[in-house]
Amino acid sequence: MASGLTMAVVERIMGIIDIPLRRWQKATGQTGMASFFLLPNMAVFGVFVLIPFVINFIYSMTGGAQIFLDERRYVGMQQYREIFSCGNYLDPNSCVQDGFWTAVQNTALFVVLQVILLIVLSLVTALILNREIIGRSFWRAVFFFPVLLSPVVTGLIWRWILQRQGLLNFILYEWFGAEPFNWLTDRTTAFMATIGVTIWAHMGFYTLILLAGLQAIPKDLYEAAQMDGTSRSRVFWRITLPLLMPNLIVVLVLALIRAVQVFDEAFVLTGGGPGTSTMYIVQYIYEMGFASELRNPGLAAAASILMGAVLVVLTLMQMAASRRNEKKGER
Amino acid sequence: MMKNKTIIAAAAMALMSTTAAFAGDVRIMWYSDGVEGEVLKDLISRFEKDNPDIHVTIDEVAYSVIKEQLPVQLAAGNGPDIARVTNLKSLSQYWLDLTPYLKDVDFWKKNYGDQLDWMRPDGSDIIPGFMTQITLTGGFANKTLFDQAGVALPGPDATWEDWAKATQKVAESQQIPYAFAIDRSGHRITGPMISYGANYIGADGMPAPLDDKGKKFISDLVGWTKDGIAERDVWVSAAGTTYRAAADDFINSQVAFYYAGSWQIPNFMTKIGTDFDWVATGSPCGPAACTGMPGGAGLVAMKATKNPEDVAKVMDYLASTPVAKEFAERTLFLPSNKEVIAGGLDFKTDNQFAKEALNTFVKASSTTAPEALKLPGWKWSDAYYGALVSRVSQVMAGEMSLDEAYGRIDQDIADKVKEAK
Repeated sequence: MASGLTMAVVERIMGIIDIPLRRWQKATGQTGMASFFLLPNMAVFGVFVLIPFVINFIYSMTGGAQIFLDERRYVGMQQYREIFSCGNYLDPNSCVQDGFWTAVQNTALFVVLQVILLIVLSLVTALILNREIIGRSFWRAVFFFPVLLSPVVTGLIWRWILQRQGLLNFILYEWFGAEPFNWLTDRTTAFMATIGVTIWAHMGFYTLILLAGLQAIPKDLYEAAQMDGTSRSRVFWRITLPLLMPNLIVVLVLALIRAVQVFDEAFVLTGGGPGTSTMYIVQYIYEMGFASELRNPGLAAAASILMGAVLVVLTLMQMAASRRNEKKGER
Repeated sequence: MMKNKTIIAAAAMALMSTTAAFAGDVRIMWYSDGVEGEVLKDLISRFEKDNPDIHVTIDEVAYSVIKEQLPVQLAAGNGPDIARVTNLKSLSQYWLDLTPYLKDVDFWKKNYGDQLDWMRPDGSDIIPGFMTQITLTGGFANKTLFDQAGVALPGPDATWEDWAKATQKVAESQQIPYAFAIDRSGHRITGPMISYGANYIGADGMPAPLDDKGKKFISDLVGWTKDGIAERDVWVSAAGTTYRAAADDFINSQVAFYYAGSWQIPNFMTKIGTDFDWVATGSPCGPAACTGMPGGAGLVAMKATKNPEDVAKVMDYLASTPVAKEFAERTLFLPSNKEVIAGGLDFKTDNQFAKEALNTFVKASSTTAPEALKLPGWKWSDAYYGALVSRVSQVMAGEMSLDEAYGRIDQDIADKVKEAK
């Protein structure tokens, strides 16, 4: 009854817009029609992405602590000049904006280590969860569960585990008599903790993508390999990995983009410390634009534009990789 | 047709209710250190009974929201009608001048006049609000740990070095992780720096470069931290200007001496209870003084409010002598209202530690150095504090040397001044 009513409403609407649409198509051709249907998306993209991007770029060319654009003074490329004013880019202390370059270095190291570990662990987990193991559905849920948690909750849980009086030190002391260690105030362990926690939080999502890829590989290929007596490692390198490559590329690019944007879990976990050893680029932008007394929105905007440029490059990489895969598929 | 109109009107009302303030609506953004949120709600409920045409909404938020989000909201033209803030001076362009709306301006000037300059724009004579409490930084000692260690509490003239030595003995004897702790805050280390003789304000009223006396305290603090005497955790557990307190470590008997301030008294009273004996000690001495840093939280009205008359009624009520007295007595805060101070207070607690601590802070306020009294009303205090806290943390974390940090502190402050122009 309800669906009949819905259909009637749809037909009525189509009846009303049918004639103008036909006339529009006649006047503009197929390209014009495509543009017409793209309009809603373009409007949303324009309002929520393009216009803010342009405003942000204008902000990056202004100075002062004020928020309103009309109260800010135009400084041209000064914010960018300051950011790039360095004696040696590998030594943040030689830079005028040492915090920016420290954050860039931290983020770069984080991205490399986190993405490699994340992909390897997600792949291994997906391969295991793809097998006929006992309680497979349960284990799949277990690995996916952290994805559902809020990043702040994730950060807090791990902070309670890793702090000096936390669960980890308690267990180490009770079981092994180990002296408490400040996991979050040692530069190396705090940095590795941010990597570990973000992997724990997001791995389930990537595992799911890879699992979907693994299940799409035709079973008969494996059966044929088995009949040929092919070793397991050869099956993995010659069948599984090549056929999983499209999913792996998606995972790689998504993980890269997400890693560059690391902020929430790490911020709650370490606050950017010890010192600035886990201060990543998004936190730097947040500090400059919002947290520090006498804010510097211009510098924050310039830093975010530069970060945006890196993200654009990564997205282009994803698009290029997807296109290459599609072409391979066509061949 | 009628139905359609009703629907449109209802939709418009719903939309307006989320974006606009109605006459009689007053929104207060409030953070709490202790029980003052509950006390405020109680006081406001009485106000609403007497003023049924005014509806007050209290948004209780974390202190970090006041510190980080409120400035952005205000700059964007949003924000509450009233807020409890500690950042009194640098946001003063957003405060409303209550003068035309107040019942008795002279009452305000007489009772709250001493701190009005802390919250006014420089050179102005507006009345934007009042201090809900006056605070003073100072130390707290875990007396039980000292007693168990057989170490005498250092006396009122004891220096920072004396405290470091005494607490180190306690820490070694009682097997606690750190001897003493000081909050990760530029404001908190400013009392000790002034005790060492540091001066932040140049002859022209602008920030002076960090001087040798200030450098000496920083170098001592870094040394104590490196030696494991001062608590490392709070100082290196964040980057930038983020605030971190060591109160929980003191409450959990992890440090023998904690340098914070009078606002912690209700917190300790509630959370420590009878677990151990604690005492307020005032501020340790340096070569120049034995001073803490005055400060406090102010309740200020916002220029952007749509209901200034109603806001003023709420402010008049909360600032009135009987209400301010009750607030101070129930929250165990030091009041700023002169009539309340003159009339004496009967703090509502049976906790002897809290009562003694309050008296200690009242006594310590008489030794506050003049340099410290100037800073709450100085425009560049926060720029100075921010630079100190972020760079000193980096030295403690081993990221830069003391000399590099001194240079960076001066540069950071200069950058802030340049950016603010």
